[in-house]
Amino acid sequence: MQLTDQEKMMLDGKAGEAVRLAMAILVDLGEAIGAAEMVAIKHVHTDSGFYLGDAGLEFVEHLAALGGKVRVPTSMNNTSFDIERCRSYGVPDELADKIRRLEKAHLTMGATPSWTCAPYQDGILPKPGSMVAWSESNAIVFANSVLGARTNRTGDLVDICCALTGRVPRSGYYLDENRLAEIQVKCEGIPAEAFTDARFYPLLGYFIGKQCGNRVVAITGLSPSIGMDDLKGLGAAAASSGATALFHVVGVTPEAKTLQSCLIRNTPIEVLTLTPENLQQTQELLCTAQNDQLDWVGFGCPHFSPDEFKELAACIAGRKVHSDIDATIFTSRNVLDWVYKVGMIENLTKAGFQIYTDGCLLLYPQFIKRYGTMMTNSAKAANYIYSQSGFLAAYGSIRECVESAIAGKIMQEQPAWIKS
Amino acid sequence: MDKIINCKVLTAGCGQGELLVTHQSISLWGGVDPSNGKTIDPRHEMFAQSITAKVLAFPSGKGSAAAPLVMLELIKQGTAPVAIINMETDPLLVAGPIIGKHFYGRAIPVVCLNQEGFVSLKTGGKALVDGDRGEVVIYDRQLPLESWKA
Repeated sequence: MQLTDQEKMMLDGKAGEAVRLAMAILVDLGEAIGAAEMVAIKHVHTDSGFYLGDAGLEFVEHLAALGGKVRVPTSMNNTSFDIERCRSYGVPDELADKIRRLEKAHLTMGATPSWTCAPYQDGILPKPGSMVAWSESNAIVFANSVLGARTNRTGDLVDICCALTGRVPRSGYYLDENRLAEIQVKCEGIPAEAFTDARFYPLLGYFIGKQCGNRVVAITGLSPSIGMDDLKGLGAAAASSGATALFHVVGVTPEAKTLQSCLIRNTPIEVLTLTPENLQQTQELLCTAQNDQLDWVGFGCPHFSPDEFKELAACIAGRKVHSDIDATIFTSRNVLDWVYKVGMIENLTKAGFQIYTDGCLLLYPQFIKRYGTMMTNSAKAANYIYSQSGFLAAYGSIRECVESAIAGKIMQEQPAWIKS
Repeated sequence: MDKIINCKVLTAGCGQGELLVTHQSISLWGGVDPSNGKTIDPRHEMFAQSITAKVLAFPSGKGSAAAPLVMLELIKQGTAPVAIINMETDPLLVAGPIIGKHFYGRAIPVVCLNQEGFVSLKTGGKALVDGDRGEVVIYDRQLPLESWKA
């Protein structure tokens, strides 16, 4: 790799041992993936605060102990638990202590304790074309696709190395030529009512991830009225079923003013025509629930947005969650502050909804005493919850999830736009 | 006869063991339990198998950005594969072994084969991934593990 004088200085240890270690890892990574040089970045979203075992903790504490400091603004992805409330959930003291150690190490290095998988909902909105290094698959695909910023799928622990050096190997999505679509996904044959139904977009995303893996797609035929939460659900699902890190929605996303402008040149484009049958098959793959029995309902994977809170609150209509059901909303500290400020909290807690910050819906099943079936408005959650915890999953709209939580059983209607 | 296939080396080092081959991509997070090295996705064709000490071959990584964290934990717990063979370079997949090398001083070679080389790999076969020479050796011999390289 061709390094600048400043980067060589970092690699030689002249900027401290933490920076040396971080740069040595980034140089090895750059060599492995064939990067010619480093790129200077403006922001890092790090997932190195995620507790998965002692190895990550040891690495992060080591960097902090060596005096490492972030060189660019650095936000933190969600962690394993609700940090303030984890004892009330029965998280063992030893584990809670490790989360606090991770938090402390990051704060010592200068990161912001945002603890969210959806930093773009907390006002962290890099400009189109700006270079960043983000982790968390849904945040990566959102940054690239919806914001038009540039990031690779940075990866846990690599991200903190990027923060300490302000550099990342220049490859992949940092380069113009890798941001063009190889596949056109045509949605022209889908009934228009699907486009106003929030259930559609995560199914589309899940289908794209399954069919296209890590290739860039250009989606055509969608309505320009597609919302931010729709794009969030689409990207999160695609990143969970494939390795999607960038999609274009023609006429909507910043790099896709026209279809021609976002297609790869001089290569025949593969065309994938989405059918209602594809959507039905995708839904069947996601819905592992066997009957209407229900144990818990989880909202907010990725973390719940203000608009989603508003929709959920409107669905409650003075009713209460069934006494047998755990209904929990996962969000960021920042969005929870907003929920308090607008006076929505009382409505939600009176109805029996729990709000959980910092942590991750996907790690919540350990707090559910029974082993059974969950329901969610997230295709990403329905996908991972089954593979990771063995919980069966039903996937529905926010309204269906609320109705099910209140009824104490799965309440769902097949959308008319899915062929049955 | 032993078969020698040239490979592209992503991280150096040598590892040998029994081949475990899948033609589906793998997400380490949600795919592998670091405490025992077993695969945990019931929808994956390689469900409930141990990747520990195996030469693990799969076309490419996919899914969560937590892959390096899972890999470093596998290395710390001693449940990691001894080598990884892919067809496509996945920066997330290769990051874990690189951090493991710098932080724990343990090297797991990661190499890429072309399609022809990759499809010739068979589960249960014995292989050496030599990241220093840029070769994957598929052994024809049924020798005990420790005598292979000698």
